[in-house]
Amino acid sequence: MSTFVYMTRCDGCGHCVDICPSDIMHIDENIRRAVNIEPNFCWECYSCVKACPNHAIDVRGYADFAPMGHSVRVRREEEKGTISWKIKFRNGNTKNFVSPITTKPWGKFIPKLAEEDKPNQGEIKSQMLYTEPKGLNIDGKLPSVPKETFKKGVYY
Amino acid sequence: MMSLNPYSILAETVPAIFIQFFVLLMLGLILFGTVIQMIHHKNLTYFLNNAKKAKLSAERKLGAGERMSIVAKTVVHDIATTAELGAGKRRVAHVLGMWGTILFWISSVVMIFCYTSGDAATPTLWPMMWHIGAIMTCVGGYWFWLFLRVDVLAEAHPWYRIIKADLFVLTLLACATFGLIWSYTQSLNLDGRWDDKVFLILYIVSNLALFGGVYWSKFAHMFYKPGAAIQKNLAEADGSRDNLPPLAEAPKQFGLGIKREQPKHY
Repeated sequence: MSTFVYMTRCDGCGHCVDICPSDIMHIDENIRRAVNIEPNFCWECYSCVKACPNHAIDVRGYADFAPMGHSVRVRREEEKGTISWKIKFRNGNTKNFVSPITTKPWGKFIPKLAEEDKPNQGEIKSQMLYTEPKGLNIDGKLPSVPKETFKKGVYY
Repeated sequence: MMSLNPYSILAETVPAIFIQFFVLLMLGLILFGTVIQMIHHKNLTYFLNNAKKAKLSAERKLGAGERMSIVAKTVVHDIATTAELGAGKRRVAHVLGMWGTILFWISSVVMIFCYTSGDAATPTLWPMMWHIGAIMTCVGGYWFWLFLRVDVLAEAHPWYRIIKADLFVLTLLACATFGLIWSYTQSLNLDGRWDDKVFLILYIVSNLALFGGVYWSKFAHMFYKPGAAIQKNLAEADGSRDNLPPLAEAPKQFGLGIKREQPKHY
């Protein structure tokens, strides 16, 4: 399920806005705090959860990740190079994990965004993401199956 | 200009009791706006529910002395220096704006209630504090407004795009800016020229907008944020940590860590 923000912890720093690959973390116009503007388009990459310096973002985890009613929280400590995870199950049991941070310096690897031109206001406001539509490899339109190629019969 | 009490000059034409009543009215507006906002947004209910949840998942019980020590440390470190914002320009701008505003308001109240009636001469300290406070507010506020605002920095919006969340910072900046200009015109002794009262009126209007708009603006964050910081540090100390994992003990093979980059990659 999608990410959500604890408003008492968020200080509106913009790290989640900066990192969200789906461009759905934005700043609320009433309170200047982060908000997920399109929860249906969140693919739970956990980028914003890990990037948040105030641990203000959380995710409602799927039931296939751990039984429903659990909580998954993340603490990222850049200076130590560690990222810790805590899963609290609905019966109160907890599991803790510590992993190394594998983040590379921004834009230096693939894609090499640091070498690209700065986008203009039109590109920033556009709903297209970086490299779209070219990167989707769809020749300017979404692929579809022509109706006349359907076999005769009943389709469910 | 810096050593002149602008309110005592004003009190020569406007009765001091009116100026004092205006300050009390502003305090009333803050109280009214904050209480209505708390009832409507249910902020207090949220805080209390969070505190209850934290108590249930606490790993150890904190003594009264320990709690007091955590609260004191939070006030000195987290609240007084806005540690939440980390090290960087945002924190410097916020500290300038916050302490500037505090100095500006405290010196305003002292000068209005102690040195506007009668012949009591204003000690230089208070007007100096008032002017320095206003200048600090302007420096921190305009720096934030033009360059550091998340809308400008991370979202890439132009600086002149105004949204509802700007109500607090813009009215505060208007108060400090018009207050300074009004004080300057007072020191020039214009005596009846068109701009003699214009900046006083703008100063009054911006004060009314700042304190009258508490319900709609981010004004009350100065009450909520300290509360949230105290709750966060108490939760860290009692082990509940809002369900966050404990601090990691980094094994050596994890390396030296990384440096966080500024969120400005559009």
